[in-house]
Parts: sequence; C-alpha cells; structure tokens
Amino acid sequence: MNLHEYQAKRLFDDYGLPVSVGYVVDTPDEAVAAAERIGGTTWVCKVQVHAGGRGNAGGVQLVDSIDEVRSFAERWLGARLVTVQTDADGQPVNQIYIEACIGIERELYLGVVIDRSSSRIVVMASKDGGVEIEKVAEETPEKIFRVAIDPFVGAQSFQGRDMAFQLGLKGNQVSQFTNLFNNLMNLFNKLDCSLVEINPLVITDRGDVLCLDAKINVDGNALYRQDDLRSMRDISQEDAREVQADAFGLNYVALDGNIGCMVNGAGLAMGTMDLVKLHGGNPANFLDVGGGASQEAVAEAFKIILSDANVRAVLINIFGGIVSCATIAEGIIAAIEEIGVDVPVVVRFEGNSADRGSDRLAASGLNLIAASSLVDAAEKAISAAGGSV
Amino acid sequence: MSILINRATRVICQGFTGSQGTLHSEQALAYGTQLVGGVTPGKGGSYHLGLPVFDSVREAVEETSANATVIYVPAAYCKDSILEAIDAGIELIVCITEGIPTLDMLEVKACIGVAGARLIGPNCPGVITPGECKIGIMPGDIHLPGKVGVVSRSGTLTYEAVKQTTDRGYGQTTCVGIGGDPIPGTHFVDVLGLFQQDDATEAVVMVGEIGGTAEEEAAEFIKTEVRKPVVAYIAGVTAPPGKRMGHAGAIIAGGKGTASEKFTALEAAGVRTVKSLADIGEALAEVTGWE
Repeated sequence: MNLHEYQAKRLFDDYGLPVSVGYVVDTPDEAVAAAERIGGTTWVCKVQVHAGGRGNAGGVQLVDSIDEVRSFAERWLGARLVTVQTDADGQPVNQIYIEACIGIERELYLGVVIDRSSSRIVVMASKDGGVEIEKVAEETPEKIFRVAIDPFVGAQSFQGRDMAFQLGLKGNQVSQFTNLFNNLMNLFNKLDCSLVEINPLVITDRGDVLCLDAKINVDGNALYRQDDLRSMRDISQEDAREVQADAFGLNYVALDGNIGCMVNGAGLAMGTMDLVKLHGGNPANFLDVGGGASQEAVAEAFKIILSDANVRAVLINIFGGIVSCATIAEGIIAAIEEIGVDVPVVVRFEGNSADRGSDRLAASGLNLIAASSLVDAAEKAISAAGGSV
Repeated sequence: MSILINRATRVICQGFTGSQGTLHSEQALAYGTQLVGGVTPGKGGSYHLGLPVFDSVREAVEETSANATVIYVPAAYCKDSILEAIDAGIELIVCITEGIPTLDMLEVKACIGVAGARLIGPNCPGVITPGECKIGIMPGDIHLPGKVGVVSRSGTLTYEAVKQTTDRGYGQTTCVGIGGDPIPGTHFVDVLGLFQQDDATEAVVMVGEIGGTAEEEAAEFIKTEVRKPVVAYIAGVTAPPGKRMGHAGAIIAGGKGTASEKFTALEAAGVRTVKSLADIGEALAEVTGWE
C-alpha cells in the first residue's frame, strides 16, 4: 500500500526524521491559509498523488507569492497528473501539500528496500540525488553505497556513520545522518514497510540534513497489525475495478485489450495472457479468481470483466486441482444466468473432473464455447472477439 | 529416487484441526503420505482423522519421530509456527499459507539458515514425490512417478507443466512449488542443485515468473552446476510495467526482473526456453530425445 508524501512526512516527524513545516490542503482557500501560517515569502506546492516523477510533470512548484499558491491550487485540485511513473490517464489530485521553502546546498539520495536475493533489508545512498538516480545506478553502480541490515541485530550506528562519511558529510552532519539512519530503520521495521525513499535528502544552506521528499510503501500483508496505516489508504489513487475486485478477494489488473480473462491462480493467469498475446490476441485484463473459483467469485469476476466496454469475448481457463471442474461449471452457469452475459464465453477445463465440467456446460444451453486445450482456448477466444489484432 | 521427500518421510501437520488442515490432510492420507499426527495448541491428547493431536511440535516429534511438517495456520501466526518447527529440530518445513508479512519472513529466513533446516514456501502448493509422499495442496492424480524434476514459483501453472509430463508418460521424480513470495524459504538454485544430485532425475522443468532475480540467479547456477537438460517457462511477458513509486525497486533489481531479461539469461545458460506454456512437454521431448 502506498502512502502520500504528506502522510509519510507526518510519520517521519513521529519517528524523529527531520522534515520541513508543511500542511496538506484540499481547497485553494486552505492553501492560502497554509502558506500564511507557514510564513515567509517562498513556498513549495506539491500535488499529492501515488506516483513519482511529479516534478518534471509540473506537479511540484516553487512559488513566491500568495497569488501563485492560490493559482497552483486552482490549477491542480480536481485535475489529474500524468508522470513517467503513471499510466496515460494519470492520477487524480485531491490534495496539495504546502511546505516551507528551504535553501539547498546539496542533494543526496537515500532509500531502504527489501532485497530479495540476499533476504536482507538494504539501505542505499548516493551523493547524486534527484530524478536521475536510476541512471546513476545503471551507469555508475559504484556511486550507490549499500549496507545490508542483519535481521538478528538490526541496524547499527556504525553503519549509519560509514554511510555518512561515504556521502562526504562533515561535522554535525555525521551525527545528524546517523540519527536519521537509525530512526529510519526503526520506522521501516515498526511500520512494516516494503520501501522507504528520500529523494532528495538535502543538506540545507544552514548545513543541516533534511528529508525534502518522502515515499513510503507498506507491506499489504502486514496491514492487519498496522491499525493507523490502514486508515491512511487512499482508494482514489487506485483503479476502481481493482478496488472492487480486491473487496471480493479477486486479483484484477485492467489492460487495454478486448479479451477478458478469468483464470484460477496468478501464474496461470499470466501464462494465459501470454498465450492469448502469442496467438495474436490482446488480453483486456489479468484476473486471478482464486484456487477455488467459487460461484460468488466467478459472478463478481464476470461483473468486473464486463464493466470494461472493450471486452468482446471472455476466456475462462480453469485448472481444477482440489476443486472439481464440475463444481466450477455450476458456478459459471449460475453466474451467467444471474448477471446475463452478452459476449461469447470460451471455457477451457483441465484437471479434476474436466470432462464432467465440460458436459455440464454443454447441457446448459448457454452461449458457451468449449475448448479442448490451452492453444484451442486462446484461438477460439481470439476468433470470438473478432479475430487477431 | 527423489529429492526432499519419499515414502519414509514422516509428516505432521501444524493447523491440523482447522478446515484447510483437515481437508488437505485427508487428501494426503488418501494419497498414501505417512502423515503421523498433527499439532493444534490446546487440543493435545485428542485424535483427529484417526491420528494423535499434540499441543506442541516438540511433543509431536518426540512421540512420532516426524521429520517433516506442513503448515496451514493463518498468516499472522506462521512466523511462530515455522520457528517452533525449527526449534523442534524438524528438517523439512513446508508452509502453504499465503500473505505472511515480508519482515516476518526475513527473520524466519535468517533462523532457517542458522538451524540448517529447509523451508519450502510460503505461499506455495507444496512438494510431491509421485506415488510416495504428497505434502501440500496439489491434486495427486495428475502426477506420475517418473524422471522429470519440476520446480516452480506458481501453483496452477505448475499443474499445467506436471500434466504435460504425465500425458507424455515421462512422469516426475519430485515436484517442488517454491512459492511466489518475495522472500521464499528455498530458491530455484537450491532445488536445481538437489535435482542435479538426484540420479533418477534425468531432466528438469523450471517455471518462473516476472519479478525478482531468482530466475537470473538460476541461470548463472545452471551454467556451471547443472549437467541435465532444463526446460524453462517464464510467465508474465505481457504483464504491464504498472504504476510505481520511487526508484529504489528499480535500483535494487539492477535492470533485471522482466520476462525478456529472464528468458535471455536462461538461454545464455543453455536452457531450452518456451514462450508458450503449452509447449513445455514438446520442448522436453526435443531436448531429451524422449519419445
């Protein structure tokens, strides 16, 4: 689960990581009031969306008058921001963060992530902060300093100090950074994070270390024990159909094709999409209906798939494991009768009672096309959807 | 021969009396697995499915000499269950449960390493040596004793691969579902190493997915350590890159993780890759010369 910058900064502040004074607002009047409360003559206005790359897309602006604060708020509140990290529709802007403007001496990079290959939390830092950090990592990996955290003893101050010296920090900055490092790791562990990124971490013109941006991603599997974080979820930043699917335990991702896919198991669902594409079709979605594929799940899956106006045919691919295909066939028939499906539906059953399941579908009198194999299913779905693309 | 489990493996079930534990224990018994008991704290001394229930894994091991356990407890309690199994000296721990917090798994993984136990999963279908021992939720009847080792990150996708080797009469030595979580107890390389050592395994089918670098690491390992033919399929060529936040994920992946990069790495290691999951059996026939 992603958090907004303003939420992340509130948490940073709670855990003793230095951030600027700032307020989140959702009207132009509040934006003006926030700027006046902060005081001074320059402010940073930042749209709050779940995506990086906001700066280059115009979603972050340095302003030096109250009028500009108001016009930034009027320009963005209710609009959508498209960045290199979003899809073509972009993300809705419902809130803006108004922050005190800080003089910057240097921009650094600091990120914490879980490294799958070493099974460790890894902290990464670089002297070259900012938007080009991925390029730095790719072209000059030696400029990214990394430290792995031992799961038994946790992060140690010497690791923070080492990193501070590698970053070329001096005097007070070393202890400031070491503190920040320890607090950051405390936050990462306490809040079940999967990613925290501070890009840039800056040295201010007064020589202090400050978190200018804040990104936090929380492990969705751990939300059951993170009561405060659960309430921070902003579903306006998520695809409406994905949210609906999630509520029914379905895993759905919208795509731009015309063949709706309903599959049991995430791996097989991806494999089915690949197969459709390989044979010249275009999948409309990824949908994992779950290993059991209950009637309720199948009915919800149909509703979500058919809410996409581009869908011309539906391909159901079920490998019956413990659950019998005959049971799943009953679920499919009941679901179609319940909600009325007006596009051709191709069904491929394999595994447990596949033949009985297919017989049951054939006897139903519904507009169902039986497929005898994976390839047959893909080809029949493509032809039912109006041919290859 | 086989890897990890065989007809001598003595299995207990943690979360034995719950609905999942009950359902899959019944199936395991029907398959012929030597299931010797189960653990549900508070229900020790009773019997379930005709087998003794214990309050702790230690007690179960002392009474039944179990050397493997399968875990069906809810995700919030899995870390505790796995650590309890390690503490009781169980050699093979198979965790089926999905949804375990990643930070829990980092601690579990470190303890597994120190104890020298082996964890399969979590979030996996389990392990089966056809005709001998089934630990997990896979349907037994699609398997056939034979000569192919199967290792996979996915559930139903594994069944597709297995079925193709069964339909052609090749059969399987052992099938291992390592699970799709970011921090699995066992990686491809571990299982590939075991298959290389196993005389009965003549060829290996590897089923991967996008994300992470486990397939790239497997490719490096195969290049130097595996002398048996390997067929690989990677799911997710068409998966969209998706919305993302920040750069750290991309930096740590170091330009790896997409399906095409995984295919390239595997092909460079001499692996026969297939772009269609329907072609796994056919590719196996080509690389082995089997009928």
